[in-house]
Amino acid sequence: MATAAAVSAAPTVSFFEEVIAATPGDPRLELCLQCGTCGGSCPSGPDMDHTPRALFAMIAAGMKEAVLRSNTPWYCVSCYYCIVRCPQEIHITDVMYALKRMAIKEGFYRESKASEAPEFSRTFIDYVDNYGRSFELGLATRYHLRYHPLDAVKMAPMAIDLFRRGRMDLTPKQIKGIGQLKAILARAKELGGAV
Amino acid sequence: MNYHYYPGCSLERNASAYHQSTMAVAKTLGLQFMEVPDWNCCGATEYFSIDLLTAYALVGRNLALAAQQPGSDQLVAPCSACFLNLTKTDRYMADSPELAEKINLALAAGGLHYDSGSLRVRHLLDVVVNDVGYDAVAARVTNPLKGLRVAPYYGCLIVRPGYREAFDDPEYPTTLDKLMRALGAEVVDYPMKAHCCGGHMTQISQPVALDLIHRLLKSAADYEADLIVTLCPMCQLNLDAYQDNVNQMFKTDFHLPVLYFTQLMGLAFGLKARDLGIGKELVSARLALAKIGVETTAEKPSPKPRSKNDLPMPRMPGEG
Repeated sequence: MATAAAVSAAPTVSFFEEVIAATPGDPRLELCLQCGTCGGSCPSGPDMDHTPRALFAMIAAGMKEAVLRSNTPWYCVSCYYCIVRCPQEIHITDVMYALKRMAIKEGFYRESKASEAPEFSRTFIDYVDNYGRSFELGLATRYHLRYHPLDAVKMAPMAIDLFRRGRMDLTPKQIKGIGQLKAILARAKELGGAV
Repeated sequence: MNYHYYPGCSLERNASAYHQSTMAVAKTLGLQFMEVPDWNCCGATEYFSIDLLTAYALVGRNLALAAQQPGSDQLVAPCSACFLNLTKTDRYMADSPELAEKINLALAAGGLHYDSGSLRVRHLLDVVVNDVGYDAVAARVTNPLKGLRVAPYYGCLIVRPGYREAFDDPEYPTTLDKLMRALGAEVVDYPMKAHCCGGHMTQISQPVALDLIHRLLKSAADYEADLIVTLCPMCQLNLDAYQDNVNQMFKTDFHLPVLYFTQLMGLAFGLKARDLGIGKELVSARLALAKIGVETTAEKPSPKPRSKNDLPMPRMPGEG
């Protein structure tokens, strides 16, 4: 089996380097031994199109489209088990976040089995961008009514229970410094880049 | 002891019981928590999926606001996701001067600045067990939780990956176990205590999420816990609000209340249940708490108590 390092010298190197460049710091991806500890530790591994191990081999092989269409990054629950167990200390969760951002950029996620996950994230951050705080009721209604209208109906009793116990706001709360926050976020978007 | 306090969005509403009980317990223990003025959302697990630098800048504003306040150089977060994002940003700014520079260029647009390391970011549990300490907690106990079988649930992000100082083991944490023992509770040692509750998967793919939640509930129920105690609003919401969905999907009959560790501390300190947000949980804790003589006013009648004959539960050695 070709190691990631060996493949990085092949002509298909660009995607591998692209992933590393999109991940903060040094993700150590070229050190992957293909041991599979990550997939074995992953709580949602059985529901993934590819285990993290397989995905890393595909990245090394330059299979850009297949990687970015995979539901794997979207099914990563950010539990960090793989990171603490990886013998090579690869920043696996950060690589998954980088793949999510790349999949959105390339538009491939629309055809993946987790096509709604980015929309959930987007709806969430829309509230944060405009109010400075998250807003659960707005998130649940906007996202569910659009993507799972039937589930939205099924979820209603839970929402009512939460509301009755004072656990849900009906309107979003805006921070005082929303102008300051917007200026900071706008500047960050301009600066952009993977860092 | 003085700390800056970052409650995070969940504690404002959905996890208001956590905030309320934290404040009540802090008062008893003499901890001063000063809320960071006009803090914003930490981005949870969503912002990093969309835009990296903006996600860091979002967290950076909170760090900068806290660092410019007088009175402490420590920032305490009760929510695991907030704790992770704050420590991760602080750590990555230290690791990468280039990232730190970019974050500060963005913060400058709002007249703010943050130098990595100016704050020590702590989770609330860390502060309670290490700064206050088990003995000082035990000394405050007036109503020991005697006979209450508690399953301590850590979830993921306070023990993994440990972006700053790790205060507990990532695979087999024990701080919450010891804290519960200091309150007089009987601690259930069950294998799933640091496994994932699924986080936002309830919204992305409910079957995947319910499977994860089912594993946790089953593990705690197999070891005959009366209740689950948690330290994270997301874990509480998933285990509490989705317990009905799990029961429907897996044809189970779990009735495991999920309370915050601060609520149990308050009860052991003799504080009133209603001052600790007890009753806000969807799976009522009334029956479990009756075991320790705590009377609560449930909003609706609790379902019938679970009988051992309801489910073909695996038995521990020596059980009937």
